[in-house]
Amino acid sequence: MARVELMDFDRALELFEPVIGLEVHVELNTATKMFSPAPNPANDANHGAEPNTLVTPVCLGLPGSLPVVNGEAVRKSISLGLALGCEIAPSSRFARKNYFYPDLAKNYQISQYDEPIAFDGEVEVELENGRVFRVPIERAHMEEDAGKLTHVGGSTGRIQGAEYSLVDYNRAGVPLVEIVTRPVVGAEADAPALARAYVSTIRDIALSLGISEARMERGNLRCDANVSLRPRGQEQFGTRTETKNVNSFRSIERAVRYEIQRQAAILAAGGIITQETRHWHEDTGSTSPGRPKSDADDYRYFPEPDLLPVVPSAELIEELRAALPEAPAARRRRLKQEWGFSDDEFQIVANSGMLNELAATVAAGATPAAARKWWTGEIARLANAADRDASSLVSPTHVAELAQLVEAGTLTDRLARQVLEGVVAGEGSPQEIVDARGLAVVSDDGALVAAIDEALAAQPDVLAKIRDGKVQAAGAVIGAVMKAMQGKADAARVRELVLERANAE
Amino acid sequence: MSHGDELIRLSAADLAGRLAAGDVSSVEATQAHLDRIGAVDGAVHAFLHVAGERALDTAADIDRRRAAGESLGELAGVPIAIKDVLVTEGMPSTSGSRILEGWIPPYDATPVRKVREAGLVPLGKTNMDEFAMGSSTEHSAYGPTHNPWDLERIPGGSGGGSAAAVAAFEAPLALGSDTGGSIRQPAHVTGTVGVKPTYGAVSRYGSIALASSLDQIGPVTRTVLDAALLQDVIAGHDPHDSTSIADPWPSMADAVRRADVAGLRIGVVKELDSEGFQAGVRQRFHEALDLLERHGAEIVEVSTPNFEHAIAAYYLILPAEASSNLAKFDSVRFGLRVTPEGGGTVEQVMSATREAGFGPEVKRRIILGTYALSAGYYDAYYGSAQKVRTLVQRDFESAFANVDVLATPTAPTTAFKLGEKLDDPLAMYLNDVATIPANLAGVPGISLPVGLAPEDGLPVGIQFLAPARQDARLYNVGGALEQLLLAEWGGPLLDRAPALTTHELLATEEGAV
Amino acid sequence: MSEISAEQVAHLANLARIALTEEEIAHLTTELGQIMQAVEQVSRVATPDVPPTSHPIPLQNVFRDDVVGDNVLTVEQALSGAPEHDGGRFVVSAILGEEQ
Repeated sequence: MARVELMDFDRALELFEPVIGLEVHVELNTATKMFSPAPNPANDANHGAEPNTLVTPVCLGLPGSLPVVNGEAVRKSISLGLALGCEIAPSSRFARKNYFYPDLAKNYQISQYDEPIAFDGEVEVELENGRVFRVPIERAHMEEDAGKLTHVGGSTGRIQGAEYSLVDYNRAGVPLVEIVTRPVVGAEADAPALARAYVSTIRDIALSLGISEARMERGNLRCDANVSLRPRGQEQFGTRTETKNVNSFRSIERAVRYEIQRQAAILAAGGIITQETRHWHEDTGSTSPGRPKSDADDYRYFPEPDLLPVVPSAELIEELRAALPEAPAARRRRLKQEWGFSDDEFQIVANSGMLNELAATVAAGATPAAARKWWTGEIARLANAADRDASSLVSPTHVAELAQLVEAGTLTDRLARQVLEGVVAGEGSPQEIVDARGLAVVSDDGALVAAIDEALAAQPDVLAKIRDGKVQAAGAVIGAVMKAMQGKADAARVRELVLERANAE
Repeated sequence: MSHGDELIRLSAADLAGRLAAGDVSSVEATQAHLDRIGAVDGAVHAFLHVAGERALDTAADIDRRRAAGESLGELAGVPIAIKDVLVTEGMPSTSGSRILEGWIPPYDATPVRKVREAGLVPLGKTNMDEFAMGSSTEHSAYGPTHNPWDLERIPGGSGGGSAAAVAAFEAPLALGSDTGGSIRQPAHVTGTVGVKPTYGAVSRYGSIALASSLDQIGPVTRTVLDAALLQDVIAGHDPHDSTSIADPWPSMADAVRRADVAGLRIGVVKELDSEGFQAGVRQRFHEALDLLERHGAEIVEVSTPNFEHAIAAYYLILPAEASSNLAKFDSVRFGLRVTPEGGGTVEQVMSATREAGFGPEVKRRIILGTYALSAGYYDAYYGSAQKVRTLVQRDFESAFANVDVLATPTAPTTAFKLGEKLDDPLAMYLNDVATIPANLAGVPGISLPVGLAPEDGLPVGIQFLAPARQDARLYNVGGALEQLLLAEWGGPLLDRAPALTTHELLATEEGAV
Repeated sequence: MSEISAEQVAHLANLARIALTEEEIAHLTTELGQIMQAVEQVSRVATPDVPPTSHPIPLQNVFRDDVVGDNVLTVEQALSGAPEHDGGRFVVSAILGEEQ
């Protein structure tokens, strides 16, 4: 691959204004596919099925097979459209997008063209730095996913150099909603972060609606990022590229940033940007050209004759609208207020992506402060060390139980951390671990006093210092007592008792 | 006449009666038809696949169930031929194309499933123009079917195999598909009965799509009552086909049995009663109308000015939809695969396969349809054709405001000679001038024989058209006319067809080589 | 409007994935010109006030319930018609140079 010049990001921003456009595909988690009654692999219940076991004649495009629309997929699409602030089309229809590719069973994709189900929306997106953008949505339309190709042979496992390819049609026909933004201007240096935050917001919306499993690593949520640059002072948009295959939040940000730097270098050197599809490579952190957009991309759209218009009643739309969960941005504002967090405190939680876990932990009985402390502190640390999602380590109910044990004085922070490790290791609930390991704090003053007296007797010099008013010397005794108690004592109470005993004689 | 000869000449309704009465077994009836196929199909070539053993097994099963006192459908035990456009589990389904040679589908088309559930006995698959593109079966990749009235002539198309099979007494019933006349025009040239039901009356699930918004499955028979009985079996809502009509249907057989044309208003389409039609075709058409008028029908002339654009619209809509429908034949999941010499990319394999697997008419229409849909031409071609469709529908609406049914000759000429129009696609397309409007508008149509053209002694059909969902009107008028004609003729028209004697067949076969 | 060039036919053949021979392209170029001339009358009568009809019988909101159907195929059935498969998946030649 030829060496690619990149311009310094700040310098690129000085010369050019970035314009981004995002196309997000959301796989719906209906029980069956969009047009076929085959089990839907984008539903957790069917995830990981053997190749070509989730197919009907429709998914394989067998001669004679016909599509029939999944009504539940339509309802989920309408809900998503409403949550994106879109208008729902009084009548929308499906169209065929014709192109040949071996993962496309019929060699046309059933999609929506000139009559999408939802259009003209807006999504409020909050960045990690607290800036809020309103991203305009052009449309959201229903379509079907393609199958999966595996390239075999050659050294890389990539398409180049492969000897042959294998096709699995399990994914063919999975219901998709494609959400297309209008060009987003004005984000400036925040453009990469906005792209990331936008997709993250779409994920939050999809999860809150319960319409998608929304796991980027499984491709439930996929993003194509359009990037163009226009020289400062120019009205007209520049030529854009479309970067595909961006499959993590981090990659979205990196890919947009990379394209800004790459395009800026070309434009500044007097070159021109080719309108093309580019592929993101996670390993190298770069994009490479796919095939150029050309006249060959003549998709010959026409109304799908096998399907009929979708004409949702006003009643259905209102019913779905009434059932919408709170919008993520509004919810954040409400939670921040309810929890009494400062801007910074709340931002840390929001940026950590653990808002839902926190809310669930509070709902399960923890104080907001304790919930925040656990999720952004010890749990985040463990997750980081294990390279796992915090939410996959421990449930909000267990965290709330843990916080309550600390609050009740049953556990010290230190003991609680041990209990947490037990929970993560799958040993049971916090209470079960406390019981099994005998980790509860010793609250019997008698036992503590005995240990303190012993420690004071062993360290007469310390005792003398305390009596001289050098209270900080007590630390050594406290440490010895805590050690003797195997940590199962409340250090504050030990300190009180040490001072009391030292001055008692 | 031997017992077998007698059985094969029975109508399906009469054979069903004999089966129900226990006078004959389904195995006997099936064997008689298989024998007939063995005797004449070498010359007629109506079948692409004969189910032989499996048909006899099915028949034996029906006989057992009947003997066990099971309540069976009215047509149970009656043999039926199935147009190869319908997929059949366990039987090859090629749609007349090389690209699907040997493909055995893992599922049954809904009409096939219904036919099986009703206890009919599938005899095999019938020949057709490749992917139902044609009016003569000459575009079949497996060689043409010959018209039993004159083996050097076309049996019509695309469903020439089904029509010839019933005309040659190889089957009492057959299934066809009609996109622009593929059931009705073969009926016209073979002296048989063919019905294109209302669009959506019969499920298209499992019918290898030609043009999705035009295709409709229907019966191919020798009598109107048989067509009605078969439509009663195959019609009805199918959740696998979104365009399937959910409303219940009245019995078509009842409509035939109660047929009466007194007071019926029949509109003669002025634009399809013109000099462009063969004299003998028009003559028999008008004699039939006179006969109906003498029995109480009222004949009025109606005008449908936009029908003149129907063929043009049809030859844009059909290729456009077909170009997309036939994209699935790509060598990946089923059918032929042709790898270019020295290998190639999947794209090259697809292109080589489609080059080798499709015949000239299919390629012609795919290219035409690709053109009609391509960027910059959509509005002028496909978009405009869809508007003409609206105009044709409006013509039907205003006509049906004044009459109960419309009448036209089914096709402009009697059966032409094989090869006569093969190199002139435009002339071939004109065969469908009278049948296409019904497909564009979705309305039902029937063709039934009204005699032989005096100039060539070949069969002529009349077509009746009814408003959408009013299929019963066709069975009423068709059933009534059939009875009147039988009374005039003293027997079925097909009795006048030349006997396909072994001697003639051998001669033809030798000549054909 | 009905002037069709051989280059256009070649382009259409590529879109339709048919490896037409030069001879076929030449033949089709003539035929398509004639056919298009015969059918282009539709654009004269298709005035802006006429709405298009895409379905002969107007229906709408035809949906199925979100339940698994009885026509799910076994992997053996799915692969039964394949020109080439590896027991679980369909096998195709290398795709090369293109990626969706």
